[in-house]
Amino acid sequence: MAEFKLPANSTVSLGKTHKAEAGAKNVKAFKIYRWDPDTGENPRADTFEIDLDKCGPMVLDALIKIKNEVDTTLTFRRSCREGICGSCAMNIDGLNTLACLKPIDDVTGDVKINPLPHMPVVKDLVPDLSQIYAQLRSVEPWLKSDTPPPPDAERLQSKAERAKLDGLWECILCFCCSTACPSYWWNGDRYLGPAVLLQAYRWIADSRDEAMGERLDDLEDPFRLYRCHTIMNCARTCPKGLNPAQAIGKIKQLLVERQA
Amino acid sequence: MIGRRTDGTPIRRPLSPHLQVYDMAQMTSATSIAGRVTGVIWTVGLLILVWWLLAAAAGPRAYAAVSWFLSSWLGVLGLLGLTAAAWYHTLNGVRHLAYDAGFGFDIPTTYKSGRAVIIGTAVATILTWIIALTARA
Repeated sequence: MAEFKLPANSTVSLGKTHKAEAGAKNVKAFKIYRWDPDTGENPRADTFEIDLDKCGPMVLDALIKIKNEVDTTLTFRRSCREGICGSCAMNIDGLNTLACLKPIDDVTGDVKINPLPHMPVVKDLVPDLSQIYAQLRSVEPWLKSDTPPPPDAERLQSKAERAKLDGLWECILCFCCSTACPSYWWNGDRYLGPAVLLQAYRWIADSRDEAMGERLDDLEDPFRLYRCHTIMNCARTCPKGLNPAQAIGKIKQLLVERQA
Repeated sequence: MIGRRTDGTPIRRPLSPHLQVYDMAQMTSATSIAGRVTGVIWTVGLLILVWWLLAAAAGPRAYAAVSWFLSSWLGVLGLLGLTAAAWYHTLNGVRHLAYDAGFGFDIPTTYKSGRAVIIGTAVATILTWIIALTARA
């Protein structure tokens, strides 16, 4: 059921303010969600004033600068800093995106940073992704084929068959889309969400995969697939410019077509 | 939702903020929420229609009472809102019919179709009332 309010242990209070150093001219405030399991206190929003003249251009640069110079306990995931690993997915200025791809200049006013929405928080900006990984595993995102590959050769695809995977293979599993989806917020325990359904379609659309029928059987469910109401927040927020809603729409169409 | 502290003792993890921080006013979620809301309003409107029909069947006195209420400023405002809700829900329904048929998924088209639904609602509502009022006069 949809629970619009945050539970009592999750409401966010106003936290500390770390002032910019004296003489800083180009100051921007970052309001960052903090939660420390060891204190047992409710989450709080800390303010960090940063001199942009001494900071890289992206939001991730500011986070790393804060961790290096202001508060070493600030906790977040990051790795590649170029939008290919998907680690630094978070909610910045009201939309989910990758901190490494989000220019600070894109944000007017204070930069509000929160963990991916409606997820259990491990610490600060780190959400617990165990459940969404389990959902990904449930769609068996690997090639399933009864036919053995040709001896000493790859399973070949035509250019047209390969082109069907464009817009699907690029997904980096950052889960910006699933955690932007109100349906996933309210029914995330049973609805698979846009990221996982895009992965499911990636294998359905693969000419080398022979398990389309059983994959569709697995998805044909009022909750697993059909909680998608084409809200389109997923496509709007995807930092890679992909369109999970369209992939879900194609799964729905395949399910209708096979009944005919 | 159960996590562990550094010393291994269990702790209930907080739920990260969602509606509290997400930009729900963007075209994608705004048109979706409006679709839900207008659906509910339209359902209430059907109750008003039933009320009106019941009064028409019950006799001139009951009908006059309902007519009096529906032609008061509050009643007219309500009917105007119902017209807009019905048009929005219908036009947004057509938009979703296109989605289900596989069209209009890219974000620029989604924004265009969303704007078209909003403008279409305004135009259709005004036209409906112009036609209704001229027919009455």
